[in-house]
Amino acid sequence: MSQQDKTALSENSALGNENEIVGNTVIIDTGCANLSSVRYAFERLMSDLDRERLFVTDDIEMIKAAERVVLPGVGTAAAAMTSLQVKGLDKLIPTLTQPLLGVCLGMQMLTRVSKERGNQSDDCPCLNIIPVDIDLLDTQGLPLPHMGWNQIKPNTHPIFDGIEAGSYVYFVHSYRAPISDDSIATAQHGETFSAAIAKDNFIGLQFHPEKSAKVGARMLQNFLMMDRTTFKKTNSKLANSQQEAQL
Amino acid sequence: MLAKRIVPCLDVKEGKVVKGVQFRNHEIVGDIVPLAQRYADEGADELVFYDITASAHDRVIDKSWVSRVAERIDIPFCVAGGIRTIEQAREKLAFGADKISINSPALTDPSLIRRLQDEFGRQCIVIGIDSYYNASSDSYWVKQFTGDEAATKDTQWFTQDWVEEVQKQGCGEIVLNVMNQDGVRQGYDIKQLSMIRAICDVPLIASGGAGTMAHFKDVFSQANVDAALAASVFHKGIIDIQELKQYLKDNQIAVRV
Repeated sequence: MSQQDKTALSENSALGNENEIVGNTVIIDTGCANLSSVRYAFERLMSDLDRERLFVTDDIEMIKAAERVVLPGVGTAAAAMTSLQVKGLDKLIPTLTQPLLGVCLGMQMLTRVSKERGNQSDDCPCLNIIPVDIDLLDTQGLPLPHMGWNQIKPNTHPIFDGIEAGSYVYFVHSYRAPISDDSIATAQHGETFSAAIAKDNFIGLQFHPEKSAKVGARMLQNFLMMDRTTFKKTNSKLANSQQEAQL
Repeated sequence: MLAKRIVPCLDVKEGKVVKGVQFRNHEIVGDIVPLAQRYADEGADELVFYDITASAHDRVIDKSWVSRVAERIDIPFCVAGGIRTIEQAREKLAFGADKISINSPALTDPSLIRRLQDEFGRQCIVIGIDSYYNASSDSYWVKQFTGDEAATKDTQWFTQDWVEEVQKQGCGEIVLNVMNQDGVRQGYDIKQLSMIRAICDVPLIASGGAGTMAHFKDVFSQANVDAALAASVFHKGIIDIQELKQYLKDNQIAVRV
């Protein structure tokens, strides 16, 4: 790209284009996750300039300073949590105040505990941000893992702007979060379970938006439009409690 | 409700799609990404790339096509062919493949399945099985090394027993390829697939024999498989994926349209 083009682009951004992505987007390098697919999915939605503000890192200061943070994950809960602990990220993540998107195992790690033991003898303690427990999906005789395209029923939440009830997204998992007050979307495979959970600035998607064609791309686009003010504006309860704390 | 998946399979050799691919009026000159993109745009639910370079030649070859696909394609894809070790699997997954499929090497060493599962999780471990019907004994048997006619050999496994074994070893999905119908487009082997379905607790993908849209309807409604894989009917433009999915929907099969 020529310098002239770059200047023109940045002038466009300065005009306050409503699709402008503010600040840095950081994908946490969880070590054991397949990060490339998530990174590629964001890159597909980004201009060259935006891509320069997309980072895959485990650097604590960069994560803290990001406008929004992605926590990807595949594999087992125990391996992923160990990887976070080794990097000191298990302490950091619960303190983050910007929008954070957990994907698949990244969603499950936001909860209290996962009963996916892998080859461990105990349940796996998680980040304890969203107060639910992960347990084996009760497929009521249907095949497990729950693998493939299934429909979701989303609630009103900024991550689901423009997403219709009954939209298909791609799932690959055997464990699930139960239905709770923190569910923001549901799906059914045998039992009905949380396709997505959220609390304050923390959002978790059980499915893979990076592999869910246009529907998934829209959710990632919605996430890129979020910034540090998004949940401060919408979550008055949180704002009130913070005010009370200050008083 | 979980949708039934339509899965086109592409043969890849040295980073190019091979087998004289012809796509209606859209001429494909062998580059993998535009064809994969086109299938994804038309509504394919997943893609399988069968790397025939890898299985034919035992040498280090360029796998960067896997990451070129991952950069562009926003649906899941599986890489099959020539994966014999944890490291070869890790390479494909790191490049962005969602799943890897193992066939002959698992027959040589079934513990490979467990080791892959321990390393990467069962969700990305697909087992391909080439099954054939032996009329004289009225039974189904597994063959090995079917990629190379001269090397193809019988195994000691009944298909049912091998399906049980690979599940026990921890695979996440099974592709059952029925050899005696493959390529002739006379329909999927409903009888065999139904029998395997009854003992298969992981997702089951039917492969081999698709010739008409009705064949897809039959395999979903009668054998209750999770997905149907096909190659030539899509490559030759005999079946259009969008039309197929609309047809299945009209026939009360749950599909993503």
